[in-house]
Amino acid sequence: MTPWLTIIGVVPLAGALVVALLPKGRDLLAKQVALGTSLVVLALTIAMCLDFSTAKDAPRFQFVQSYDWIKAFGVSYSVGADGIALVLIALIAVLVPVVLLASWDDVEKLDADPASATGKDAPLSLRRSVKGFFALLLVLETMMIGVFAATDVFLFYVFFEAMLIPMYFLIGTYGGPRRSYAAVKFLLYSLVGGLLMLAAVIGLYVASTRQGPGTFSFEALAALDMSHFTQGWLFLGFFIAFAIKAPLFPFHTWLPDAGAESPTGGAVLLVGVLDKVGTFGFLRYCIPLFPWAAREFAPYVITLSVIGVIYGALLAMGQKDMKRLVSYTSVAHFGFIGMGCFAFTTQAGTGSVFYMVNHGLSTGALFLVIGFLIDRGRSRLISDYSGIAKIAPTLAALFFVSGLSSLALPGLSTFISEFLTLVGTYTRYPVAAVIATTGIVLAALYILLVFQRTMQGPLSTAHAHLKDLRGREVAALAPLLALMIFLGFYPKPVTDVITPAVQATLQDAGTTDPTPTQLQSK
Amino acid sequence: MTMLVEKLAEKVEYVPATGTLSALWLLLALPAAGAAILLLSGRRSNSWGPYLATALCGASFLWGLVSFFALKGESQRSVDLHLFSWIPVGGFNVDAGLLFDPLSATFVLLITGVGFLIHVYSLGYMEHDPRKKTFFAYLNLFVAAMLLLVLGNSFLALYVGWEGVGLASYLLIAFWYHKPEAATAAKKAFIANRVGDVGLSLAIMVMFAAVGTTSFAGVFSSGISGGTATALGVLLLLGACGKSGQFPLQTWLPDAMEGPTPVSALIHAATMVTAGVYLIARATPIYSMSPDAQTVVTIIGAVTLLIGCFIGCAYDDIKKVLAYSTVSQIGYMFLAVGIPGAGAIAILHLLTHGFFKATMFLSAGSVMHGMGDQVDMRRFGNLRKYMPITFGCFLAGYLAIIGLPPFSGFFSKDKIIEAAFDLGGTRGWVLGTVALLGAGITAFYMTRLMVMTFFGEERWTDGQHPHESPWTMLGPMVLLAIGSVAAGGLLVMGGALQHWLEPSLGPQHEVGTHTIDPIVVTILTLVVVAGGVLGAWLAYARRAVPTTPPVAVTPFTVAARKNLYFDALNESVLMRPGQYLTRALVFFDNRGIDGAVHALAAGIGGSSGRLRRLQTGFVRSYALSMFGGALLVVVALLAVRLGQ
Repeated sequence: MTPWLTIIGVVPLAGALVVALLPKGRDLLAKQVALGTSLVVLALTIAMCLDFSTAKDAPRFQFVQSYDWIKAFGVSYSVGADGIALVLIALIAVLVPVVLLASWDDVEKLDADPASATGKDAPLSLRRSVKGFFALLLVLETMMIGVFAATDVFLFYVFFEAMLIPMYFLIGTYGGPRRSYAAVKFLLYSLVGGLLMLAAVIGLYVASTRQGPGTFSFEALAALDMSHFTQGWLFLGFFIAFAIKAPLFPFHTWLPDAGAESPTGGAVLLVGVLDKVGTFGFLRYCIPLFPWAAREFAPYVITLSVIGVIYGALLAMGQKDMKRLVSYTSVAHFGFIGMGCFAFTTQAGTGSVFYMVNHGLSTGALFLVIGFLIDRGRSRLISDYSGIAKIAPTLAALFFVSGLSSLALPGLSTFISEFLTLVGTYTRYPVAAVIATTGIVLAALYILLVFQRTMQGPLSTAHAHLKDLRGREVAALAPLLALMIFLGFYPKPVTDVITPAVQATLQDAGTTDPTPTQLQSK
Repeated sequence: MTMLVEKLAEKVEYVPATGTLSALWLLLALPAAGAAILLLSGRRSNSWGPYLATALCGASFLWGLVSFFALKGESQRSVDLHLFSWIPVGGFNVDAGLLFDPLSATFVLLITGVGFLIHVYSLGYMEHDPRKKTFFAYLNLFVAAMLLLVLGNSFLALYVGWEGVGLASYLLIAFWYHKPEAATAAKKAFIANRVGDVGLSLAIMVMFAAVGTTSFAGVFSSGISGGTATALGVLLLLGACGKSGQFPLQTWLPDAMEGPTPVSALIHAATMVTAGVYLIARATPIYSMSPDAQTVVTIIGAVTLLIGCFIGCAYDDIKKVLAYSTVSQIGYMFLAVGIPGAGAIAILHLLTHGFFKATMFLSAGSVMHGMGDQVDMRRFGNLRKYMPITFGCFLAGYLAIIGLPPFSGFFSKDKIIEAAFDLGGTRGWVLGTVALLGAGITAFYMTRLMVMTFFGEERWTDGQHPHESPWTMLGPMVLLAIGSVAAGGLLVMGGALQHWLEPSLGPQHEVGTHTIDPIVVTILTLVVVAGGVLGAWLAYARRAVPTTPPVAVTPFTVAARKNLYFDALNESVLMRPGQYLTRALVFFDNRGIDGAVHALAAGIGGSSGRLRRLQTGFVRSYALSMFGGALLVVVALLAVRLGQ
């Protein structure tokens, strides 16, 4: 069997090294190497996905590799992908080249912008390193792949924390005016979560030592028999770490700052992928490792998620800053995902994993297009724009389609996932599903309001000479939108990969789908 | 009642499509391809794009005719075309497939037929618009989505078409997006539709939870009953109200008149807004299991038809009067579709309305075209002399809507009033009286419109030179006018339509169970209509029409001019509190949750400022903390190992 995961994980790191070692002044070459590397990763990932078996008797984890790492503690380098991890890795492979392409000139522009260079938090060197930016993005890609591929809890934890480093520098060095505040806030929140998880990881290890040799292997841990007390506490440790990462209401306040101050490319990866580690963790760790606790806490998690759906949408409506608005829409979307994870039905589970993928594409597209707009208009404030569609019709059109994906219009892939989440939740928690469904009205409001304010109406004189999108920018956005339309009409290739993994997870949790009520009585 | 359902359930067996009908997907693919080509092509397609779009819509109509005759030749009149497996997730299995039965075939011909004529009309109407290829792309998109709506073989496929037409409607209302009113109206339409969509979404969830499927065949043969049927009925009705501009979601439809007039004719009169009626007709097997849900449908229909014609009397904007008239006429359709066994009559009225309302909208567009986009009827007058063909077409539509025999509206509206009385009991009397009263008020406001526009003295603003429109516009108008005159009679001849629709809607109203003799109903209706016409004639033709709306009017007129305060209600009950809530939450999020976190951080670090400085941006400090973390792990692990 080809060790796909290791190869795909190492390639970007190697690319990052090459980029970092390039002589000064070869910025263009650095960009080309980075983009080339990410395209190689994409090609390899496509090959891996084709190699993934969805046959009925196929093993849950495929492309498995395991080597001892710290033998004394039972730590191993173990990787493997189930359907859930596979589609998320594929999402990374798609998003990174898009982000690289979209951020092509971002560093130079940032340096050229006087407002940014003379900020009081400006670094000592006045010019930011271009190749540093691209190398960081590639390092981040390796870390993100690692976090989804790991099947050893310790290895997972290492990637979970290490992922923060490149992201921290991306925000702190290449971000907006309040980047330092945002970067530190992001780091502190994540560290607090990480600390809780660390405690839980150690606790898990301790629990395993009581029933044989200590181990961090996911499959061995999932088979452990833990007391309810232990399960409860360890669950909470993992859960809070993931809830911060996701972020679930009320652990979300770091996201708007981080999302708004990140460079656009960083924001796409942060919200599009990094945050998915949280919801991925729900399904991979919280539920299979602590099935009793997961079932006990499920109603509370669903309550928080539903609050998040409504709360995030209302706050999105109240924002003046476009990037913060998109960040808050993500809080609402993560509410749907969290709800789907803990509804314990095949539909809701598959829906929420598919939602993770779609949200990456959709929010990615929205952040990028808003980034392009901000890049031109030099302001993040909605009120600074009006009637842009008149002079930048392509930008407006792509903004609109991205917006439609965010409000989950049928025909786009986001609809499939949102509807699956709702329908799956309804069969077990009808009240929660009904409340969350009202979120679709709010979603239409927050998207159409910002679209109307910025793109429609009379053209503001300040932006009379604003340029429409360039070919490179369209090329970055087009694959995302094309994928969403394609998957909206034909999601089967993706859902067929996800569903078996979700069903295995539900089996771990000891739950089965409810039977239709009218058929029960017969 | 159960027997009816069993009968219907028997007929809900769908046979797989073969031969000509296996190419049904072409119906959708043609306009969808047109939309895609036009949207993705550059500005150069402005020259050929409109013709391509029109041709594709025409081709879709021709293919619709071919399919229609193929279906007539089939012994089993419900044909299912499986396309591919769409969403297979555990027990939730939705296939992408098309259902072609008498009901959908009827809609296909209406949509593509009227759609084609309006494409042709738009060639003239939009000739000088710099973005005309975009306009035609949206029109094609609309036709494709609407066809999906009526052809989808499951509630979920219907939902995709449902939102697709909503999208097309949004894009077309906001076609002149630089006008703030147009952008706002488009948004309002979309949001009102979304409120309805909550109902439709929930209905699909209830279906899945109850019977594990969302396909028409599966749901209708599953024997849904009791509370579930009522719940489904009410939820579907909410969806239908959003799409069809019915009470309490009606206020978006008049605002939607901000869009170009061909759009008002096609989407906001003839086709899309009748999708709610289609939905309820399609779900007949569900409604027939719940008399309560049916009653709610009839009540909504009756309330809306009164609201619509009441407000229609007060407006001076010709398109808004027509819009409220649409609201009111769809109210009639809802009333009919809620009456057991009267579904075919609802569809009949839907078809005749499609013809006469499209005729009147296109004629109104022709008037505006000749009057420099003036819409205020107080600024028209005596136009019959200058636009004789437009006048003739409008007249045909007018006679049809007021229900004068033998014009098409007579056959459909008369039957609805009859069916309402035939319900019997208090319900029958109340609904019948409302429908009868509505006919009178309709005659009043339509006569008012005719008189103010085409008769009386010329009250034009300076520099107006009314002229007849080009033949690209007049041609479609004339064809639709012929439909307004003849469609009703042709469709009811020998019970043709009712018989044709039975495989979809179940057995239709049987003759011989009348509360009141049909002749009496007809005479009564004609008397009431004559009263309405006479009233309007006395009020507007015998007296000079002031060019500004009179101020000293009854409270009723004031209320009607303000849409019976529905907008004000929305604003004070939903919008304002919503804004306050949003603001309060933003404050809470910044100060409350985030503030708590800051305070916590400050508490731990002595002061948040110092903490921040400690942590800001230096590699070494972060490396240190990482090192500290790693150390902690190792120490902890050692402790555990040693502890064993």
